[in-house]
Amino acid sequence: MQKAISKYWPVFVLPTLLAFIIGFIWPFIWGIYLSFQRFTTVSKTTFVGLQNYINVFSDETFLHAFSFTAAFTVVSTVLINVCAFAIALVLTRGIRGTNLFRTVYFMPNLIGGILLGYIWQILLNGVLANLQRPLLALDAKAGFVGLVILMCWQQIGYMMIIYVAGLQSVPGDLIEAAKIDGANDREILFKIKIPMVMPSVTICTFLTLTNSFKLFDQNVALTAGEPANASEMLALNIYNTFYGRSGAQWKGIGQAKAAVFFLIVVIISLIQLKFTRSKEVQQ
Amino acid sequence: MPKDKKMWDNILTVIMSLLCLLWIYPIVLILQNSLKIEGTFTTSTVFKLPTAETFAGLSNYIYGVTKMGFLSSLGYSLVITVSSVALILLCCSMTGWYLTRVNNKLSKFMNLLIVFSMVVPFQMVMFTLSKTADTLNLNTPWNICIIYLGFGAGLAVFMFTGFMKSVPIEIEEAAMIDGCNPIQIFFKVVFPILKPTMISTAILETMWVWNDYLLPTLVLDIKKYRTIPMAIQYFRGGYGRVELAPMMACIIIAIIPIIILYMTCQKYIIEGVVAGAVKG
Repeated sequence: MQKAISKYWPVFVLPTLLAFIIGFIWPFIWGIYLSFQRFTTVSKTTFVGLQNYINVFSDETFLHAFSFTAAFTVVSTVLINVCAFAIALVLTRGIRGTNLFRTVYFMPNLIGGILLGYIWQILLNGVLANLQRPLLALDAKAGFVGLVILMCWQQIGYMMIIYVAGLQSVPGDLIEAAKIDGANDREILFKIKIPMVMPSVTICTFLTLTNSFKLFDQNVALTAGEPANASEMLALNIYNTFYGRSGAQWKGIGQAKAAVFFLIVVIISLIQLKFTRSKEVQQ
Repeated sequence: MPKDKKMWDNILTVIMSLLCLLWIYPIVLILQNSLKIEGTFTTSTVFKLPTAETFAGLSNYIYGVTKMGFLSSLGYSLVITVSSVALILLCCSMTGWYLTRVNNKLSKFMNLLIVFSMVVPFQMVMFTLSKTADTLNLNTPWNICIIYLGFGAGLAVFMFTGFMKSVPIEIEEAAMIDGCNPIQIFFKVVFPILKPTMISTAILETMWVWNDYLLPTLVLDIKKYRTIPMAIQYFRGGYGRVELAPMMACIIIAIIPIIILYMTCQKYIIEGVVAGAVKG
């Protein structure tokens, strides 16, 4: 059976593999190569060794974008997961309108980041103008808070769905047994429900972590990095280095920034893998 | 105790309802302003409802659709999404089946690549990918789906292999004994079994491709082809002054099909998200 199928690899695997090479493998290898080059057009490059990487870490805007992104990631990950879990707990109690609530909270996920960014820009600028405060584009703090609010509004519904699925898979007889043993609601929550949904917690934490860290569309639409790159996140900083700055050195530096960004994401993913694996052993 | 729970349930229902209003309000705000005459509202008066003097009827919608070519954007987005998702489903289900049923060097290599590709952020390849697409002339809405297949294959193949592992091989063996070749086995036996995963994957990929902004911006020629996110962004980028009211009208037009789709296949969308999260 295996032998018969394996002969058909040009039909089953080749189309995907070819697209994979065009869309991913070749650009990736080329990207690594270019991160060691100085170039304005890809046909004329000169090797500069590690100079691009050295420039990345002496670029103030990159370092600022990094700390901004890190702060944003931590704040939004915690807020989203706490709120999503709380809502999931309420929606598994069987209150009236559960289906409607679930539908409404999830809805923002279907609207793209660019649209969401503009919707919230109009709303938040309206609020700020009525409070006589500087608008989003003039105040980096407002930009930060605005991004967090936008991210929460979008992602809470998504994570809530995953938590609801996790909570529903907690066996009912376990809770029944705990009740007979005299456990109160609090004990049931902390000693049974939360430990049982730990896999969902891991999934949601890392989803929000990587989503926040790689955020681009919302950042472009809501603040576009204003004022003066103060609300610029890493992905936007890389984009601006490529397409927004003139000078022969910047494209190489942009590619090196992208490689650094990639390495950080890999590290986050490896930590995730370790977490998921250790959970699997326990169960 | 039950009385206590009842009271809590009522309080929570009220809180959740208020939260619901907060969730819907941003979209209501855009809707009400898209009905105002351009220039009759400022940043601070967006919260006022349209009055007899500021009410514009559907003129912003007509302006947005005719002047900005928004209908063609809708068309391009539709073409790109449908072709990409169809291609991803077909190719990736085939690859996914092959990878679970055949255990050779090619399979091992592909599995490794797939996991790797899901980790790499788009910024790492965006510059070289747009150059590659230009060189190969993959820069029109009609064939950008090949790029999407390349970049979206990771998640899709992963979903399919995850599901195939739990499908017993006996049915396929029986089909082979009855004289089917692997292509017939796949399309007559395996393909129907894969339907639930097809739906989940289709939803996840559709949500991604339909809303994707950066990839089409870099690959397509913005003067000729604009997808919906590109068109919305173009309102700000392309003109000196932002025409807010028509832009809001276009946002509403862009949201309506998504809301309709969501209302009709909500069950599948939520199942798809849960399946994707568990696998990813």
